[in-house]
Amino acid sequence: MIVPYGHGFILAGVVFLLGLMCILVHRNLIMTLIGVEIMMNAATIAFVTSALLWRRMEEQAFVLFIIGVAAAEVSVGLILIVTAYRRTGSLDPDRFNILKW
Amino acid sequence: MTLYGTIFYILAAALVLSTALAVTRRHPVHAIVYLVLSFWASALLFYLLGAPLLAAFEVIIYAGAVMVLFLFVVMMLKLEKLPESRFSVAQWVPAGLLSLLFLVVGGLAVLTDPQAGVGLQTARAEPRALGRFVFEKYWLPVEMISLLLLVALIAAINLGKGRGRRKISGDVES
Repeated sequence: MIVPYGHGFILAGVVFLLGLMCILVHRNLIMTLIGVEIMMNAATIAFVTSALLWRRMEEQAFVLFIIGVAAAEVSVGLILIVTAYRRTGSLDPDRFNILKW
Repeated sequence: MTLYGTIFYILAAALVLSTALAVTRRHPVHAIVYLVLSFWASALLFYLLGAPLLAAFEVIIYAGAVMVLFLFVVMMLKLEKLPESRFSVAQWVPAGLLSLLFLVVGGLAVLTDPQAGVGLQTARAEPRALGRFVFEKYWLPVEMISLLLLVALIAAINLGKGRGRRKISGDVES
């Protein structure tokens, strides 16, 4: 036995909340995207823990898909940040309140 | 506590510590370097929890590719002249307290589960078995992910071509 399975889920919850705080605290779009990455990483930790708990491979396959989606999301998110920075010269999310391009 | 339990707690402490250091840095580059450590810790955690293939992917994709992408973007932007980069305390403390409440309630829900004493037994999903499983049962999601990556690639190329340099007050395209 490694640990009671609840400890793995609680670890995932703590890491998820750290990612959430990263989004809440920082006024910087790059830190926001980093927070999203941390939250996805926490989700994969919960999936791997449940894969070991129930002895199935479906969860591990899902982690594979989560990693793929995270890679796509981060590339599009970063290029959006670069585009927004070129337009406004700022990374403050409060500056992007003009939907008229 | 078994040896595996000790390793688990050490890795969990390293993961939480490096993530906490990452989210409290002011400069994104420092945060990214700490985040590499965090992803390494979670990759080792995956290895401990019986997913060696996922541990390899975590290092290759997250700690490698994604973090290098972040570093490149940080290098492309002039971050030195940015003003104060945090929201005021009054803005995020209520949300922080609420999320702490959710953590406490969720932790209680997990720990008071009647089966909370069930321990994780060591096991391992061999990479070959996992690969066969994914491509036999989940070949359609694999194709969907590849399509999604293609769409992301096209979007990145299209947005990054430099059309964004047009000023907000510039001419309106018909």
